[in-house]
Amino acid sequence: MSKKLTLGIDIGSTTTKLVLMENDKVVYEKYQRHLSQVRQTTLEMLLALQKEHPVDRLAVAVSGSAGMGMAEAAGLSFVQEVYATAEVVNRLAPDTGAVIELGGEDAKVIFFRGGIDERMNGSCAGGTGAFIDQMAVLLNMTVDEMDAESLKATRIYPIASRCGVFAKTDIQPLLNQGASKADIAMSIYQAVVNQTITGLIQGRKIVGKVMFLGGPLYYCEGLRRRFYKTLELTEDRAIFPEYALYAVAMGAAMYATDAKELAFDELVSRIEESARNEKKRSDRLPPLFESEEEYAEFCARHEKATVAQTDITTYSGKAWLGIDCGSTTTKLALIAEDKSLLYTYYNSNKGNPVKLVKEQLEIIYDLCGDRITICGSSVTGYGEDLIKHAFHIDEGLVETIAHYTAAKHFQPDVDFIIDIGGQDMKCFRIRNGAIDSILLNEACSSGCGSFIETFARAMGYEIAEFAKLGLKAKAPVNLGSRCTVFMNSSVKQSQKDGASVEDISAGLSASIVKNALYKVIRATSPEELGKHVVVQGGTFYNDAVLRSFEKELGTTVIRPSVAGLMGAYGAALHVMKSEQSTILTPEALKTFKHDSTSAICKGCANHCHLTINKFSDGGRFISGNQCQKALGIDKAEEIPNMFKWKRDFFESLKPQEGGKRGKIGLPMALSMYEFAPLWHKLFTTLGFEVHFSALSNRATYEKGQFTIPSDTACYPAKIMHGHMEELMEKGLDVLFYPGLTYNIDEGAGNNHYNCPVVAYYAELLNGNMEELQKVRFLFPYLSLDSEKQLVATLLPALQQIDKSISKSETKKAVRAAFAYYEQYKKELRQAGADALAFAKEHGKRVMILAGRPYHVDPEICHGIDKLATSLGFVVVTEDTVAHLAPVQYVKVLDQWTFHARLYRAAAFACENENVELVQLVSFGCGVDAITTDEIRSILEAKHKHYTQIKIDEITNLGAVKIRLRSLLGALEERG
Amino acid sequence: MQDRYFIPFTEEMKKEYTILIPNMLPIHFKLIMSILSTDGFKTELLETSNAQIPEIGLKYTHNDTCYPAVLVIGQFLEALQSGRYDPHKVALIMFQTGGGCRASNYISLIRKALAKAGFDYVPVISFSLHGIEKHPGFKLSVKLLHGMMYAILYADLLMSLNNQVRPYEINKGESEKLCAQWTKKLGHELGTQRISYKKIKKNYAEIVKSFAAIPIKKEDRVKVGVVGEIFVKYSPLANNDLERFLISEGAEVVVPGLYDFCLFFVYNYMMEPKLYRKKVYLYPLWKILYKFLCNKKEDLSRAIRAHSNFDTATPFDHVAHMAEDLIHHAVKMGEGWLLTAEMVELAESGCGNIVCTQPFGCLPNHICGKGMMKPIKELKPDVNIVAIDYDAGASRVNQENRLKLMLANAKKLKAEQKN
Repeated sequence: MSKKLTLGIDIGSTTTKLVLMENDKVVYEKYQRHLSQVRQTTLEMLLALQKEHPVDRLAVAVSGSAGMGMAEAAGLSFVQEVYATAEVVNRLAPDTGAVIELGGEDAKVIFFRGGIDERMNGSCAGGTGAFIDQMAVLLNMTVDEMDAESLKATRIYPIASRCGVFAKTDIQPLLNQGASKADIAMSIYQAVVNQTITGLIQGRKIVGKVMFLGGPLYYCEGLRRRFYKTLELTEDRAIFPEYALYAVAMGAAMYATDAKELAFDELVSRIEESARNEKKRSDRLPPLFESEEEYAEFCARHEKATVAQTDITTYSGKAWLGIDCGSTTTKLALIAEDKSLLYTYYNSNKGNPVKLVKEQLEIIYDLCGDRITICGSSVTGYGEDLIKHAFHIDEGLVETIAHYTAAKHFQPDVDFIIDIGGQDMKCFRIRNGAIDSILLNEACSSGCGSFIETFARAMGYEIAEFAKLGLKAKAPVNLGSRCTVFMNSSVKQSQKDGASVEDISAGLSASIVKNALYKVIRATSPEELGKHVVVQGGTFYNDAVLRSFEKELGTTVIRPSVAGLMGAYGAALHVMKSEQSTILTPEALKTFKHDSTSAICKGCANHCHLTINKFSDGGRFISGNQCQKALGIDKAEEIPNMFKWKRDFFESLKPQEGGKRGKIGLPMALSMYEFAPLWHKLFTTLGFEVHFSALSNRATYEKGQFTIPSDTACYPAKIMHGHMEELMEKGLDVLFYPGLTYNIDEGAGNNHYNCPVVAYYAELLNGNMEELQKVRFLFPYLSLDSEKQLVATLLPALQQIDKSISKSETKKAVRAAFAYYEQYKKELRQAGADALAFAKEHGKRVMILAGRPYHVDPEICHGIDKLATSLGFVVVTEDTVAHLAPVQYVKVLDQWTFHARLYRAAAFACENENVELVQLVSFGCGVDAITTDEIRSILEAKHKHYTQIKIDEITNLGAVKIRLRSLLGALEERG
Repeated sequence: MQDRYFIPFTEEMKKEYTILIPNMLPIHFKLIMSILSTDGFKTELLETSNAQIPEIGLKYTHNDTCYPAVLVIGQFLEALQSGRYDPHKVALIMFQTGGGCRASNYISLIRKALAKAGFDYVPVISFSLHGIEKHPGFKLSVKLLHGMMYAILYADLLMSLNNQVRPYEINKGESEKLCAQWTKKLGHELGTQRISYKKIKKNYAEIVKSFAAIPIKKEDRVKVGVVGEIFVKYSPLANNDLERFLISEGAEVVVPGLYDFCLFFVYNYMMEPKLYRKKVYLYPLWKILYKFLCNKKEDLSRAIRAHSNFDTATPFDHVAHMAEDLIHHAVKMGEGWLLTAEMVELAESGCGNIVCTQPFGCLPNHICGKGMMKPIKELKPDVNIVAIDYDAGASRVNQENRLKLMLANAKKLKAEQKN
């Protein structure tokens, strides 16, 4: 047998691996992080190989997403990595049932039993290894430390698993609330597992042994444990081969057997030359500065907006303290009587803001001595409540007010403020001295600020240095304006194309700016922002971001020298009227201790995960609660809440026992939240025992997550799977969820459609939930246009259940059903009218929490209704008030029944002074991309605030609370 | 209810305005333009494709809107802002499908974007068989529709033959060149001569013969079908030149024609009265039209069979019933049941390797595309489908890597079948 040497080169998103094989034996293997220097690293590794194991001729194959371009340019054969893995496993471990492989940016699952099936994550779920890296940075740990910590965990918090950005939005508040890092680390792993299950396994049963491959699974013990546990794997069914890291490279080496041999030197020279041949794909932007003069002018202009400093070691007199406990950083500002700065602090809160604030207070007290008296203190930001309770801070301030107070100091006529922090982007428009509208970013564009920092660090730069490089960029790369996950892969691509660090730095800056302008503000010209724009937030310290902003907008803006401290500075300014502070004294601070434990609230079915913070003075602070119950307060209950009314109504629809025609099960999801009364009456009249699934909770979703084929569908749709499971668990074997292309015609639009997901989700359930084949699942296409049509379309389906059901019987039932539906609507509207009357009588504000009928589901709205009532709002829904306003003439095609209600509800808000509209939008709702702009323009035409809350799996209300409180703050300021 | 930004396209405008057409299917649209010219319209196909187009689109429309809307808006505004046209002498046209998909809102989104960019005076014509809006200067006569039917049939024929010849031609570029020649010739005929079916059938034969005459080298290529959301499926601008990529990777591409998509609408109109027991008397009338249109497609297939060995498309009525057990014919939003049926049809006709394309977050495709892959796989275990999402931020490397996986499996499957 002739000796043939084959080399497999696997270039993934972060590392390069080499495997040299002689026939079927591995003779050399090596891996190295390539830091995006793909070709150079490969060459280095080849030379190292040659030194250790001299090779004359060999056959080569390349694999891995980052190797694609190089293989093409160098004329080497390429094998797709999943394909390569399958080859290896087939040959070396033929008894494997499935492979789960997590890489730097990709997740893959291969099934071997019952037809080979290879799956890769879609673009949205991108980032697994990279995601874990990012999370470790967030926890201020190395990946190894995080893993070790995770093994000590005692509980799991629900963390959104749809994508990294969402997960981060969930984790950040947990950190701020003081949840333990061990628990968070394990929860992060569980999120990765859940993502793999919904994104890739998708309902397919895993038979036989499961093999785990790829870096993250190799290094993270905790992650493996979560997989074992979730997939219910016993030790002998989980395999972890010694070649886990090299599987792809080995597969490539095996694949190379068919490739032509070439001399080692030729291989090297081909790769060297490939640098020249490779196609440049990424497009470029103009440089930030055309000339040195331009740069000098820019610097000089921004030096003007500064705050005076006073030496704290010599000053004596009064002082005020402002604390801004943000999502990733904590800021402090101590100011003197002339508003100059005595002391400032700006740093990452390293996952434990309480400890940090305590240290800072000690430093400040030391510096103050007897000369300086702190007369007042104020705290704002995510961690507001926690810090306020811990240190007895005088006041808690809504962020928006804090920022406006500070911005006014620099530009009394300010009419637009943009704040880009680590996690959030906030924009406020000021009109007549009051905050007129507030725009906050959605989860999808969150984390931009911290992304640039994380990225700089990953490339081995400090952020300041990285920013400076950006200023010199000759051709910034165009990275688009999607979320950071997409940006991450765009950067990777540009690196492969040989973009320099300078160009990437400037490109990232431009991306963040585009996110702010086109996604959050939705502005296309400087006029829309106004004459006096103040930009702030830590991210604007980055001159490249600042410059990109001015360039993109085509105007100049003011960036205060304390851009990153504006919240703290504003808080301090705001509390200057205070004479005596309640803040912990130096003595009290010495004995201060803080402990946090977790618990589950048993107040209601929501079972909120609580974090209980205990302080040494006996004080307690509870967070994670969706309502006031956990705190022992129940006052929110007294205020009318139509979300609750509707839920109570639907829960009152009970089965009438002893139905002669047996039981029928209906999922309480999507269109059922509109038509439950109708179907309940109809089937009850026909003699069925009608069972609805219960209102959802997190467990409902988890129960069904294994059969979801399209991860990017909206949460209300995905939760459907759990409802079907629940009905089947109850032993119901006749299930019903109708196909409704058309909704009920309320005469308010050009047509009366449902959206495709509401209309046709039954088709997807039927095709993807195998269990449904064992029961009778009926989803007839019905028309609700008239009694006659409903009878005609429904009868064939009914007779499938029971042949004895006659047309006349159906007629009678349909008539009763429509009558009951009308009665429900009447009662709903009456209850709504009562709620409005209550508001008037008690001088309360009304919030139309406008969305779709299914948004009243407690798991879908995450208790936002309760949060609103706890803030003093009377809560109504869009369908409680829509009929009170005329049909709207909107600029878009108004052809969906549910959406037409939104436009009318907005008009109703415009006509009534004490009524505000807050729109709930489910992530992934394509139709709401159309309604949101329309509703905003209806409201803003009448100078009403528009507030949008995007909801998904995310359970943490931190951001929502800030949003609603900002709205309240702005309303109160307006008077 | 009329759109607030509605600007009618008047009789006077018809005389002096140029109507700009977004680029989706060059051959089809060029032939349709010829038909429009017979009625006195001046039209121009936008063949621009640069990185600025999605950028402009994102700037002027909601970023969560579907990618096709972003691209069309970007392409229109790029043209209006470029200075190549007098914006006061230009109208835009958009093909609108109507129905419960948000795509029916493209027209409104274009108008909003135009207003935002300061072009609110530019009329936007919605080209729709639903007749959603009335433009005095743009009326669809039976004569025009009749001509367009042949334009689409011709174009589908050229597209299909070109796809079958191009990967194998010995002289590179010959097939594309022939395609362009025919497009020009047929456009001229459709634009100047009376429609004669005899002449058209003769052309069919000539076209088939001319493609059959191109010298080819029969290589062993895997066949890959492309289905999905209509715009992303066809437009190279939207799908990062998918066809070219697949061919360069050693595939032969099979793309179902536009005519089937039109038949899909007629079929749904036909079935609606039956489905909802509403105006049932309309059913037989629609059925006559449906049969008539199906026969036109069959005439074309007959010509192919008579003069060549090229593959012909499956009769539409047959396609329509292929996925009946998987998805109901009531699912009509977006590409609806046709998308599922096309995948089954491809698998059945020996082309089980399929790329299912959609804009990121496409609502109907959750159901008809991704939602049907499991049942299709159960029906046809050998099928090899990859779903690719397209949008302004999606990375091309990611897309190509997934396509390569599909291709690797396709080649392996082919080798196995051979043995």
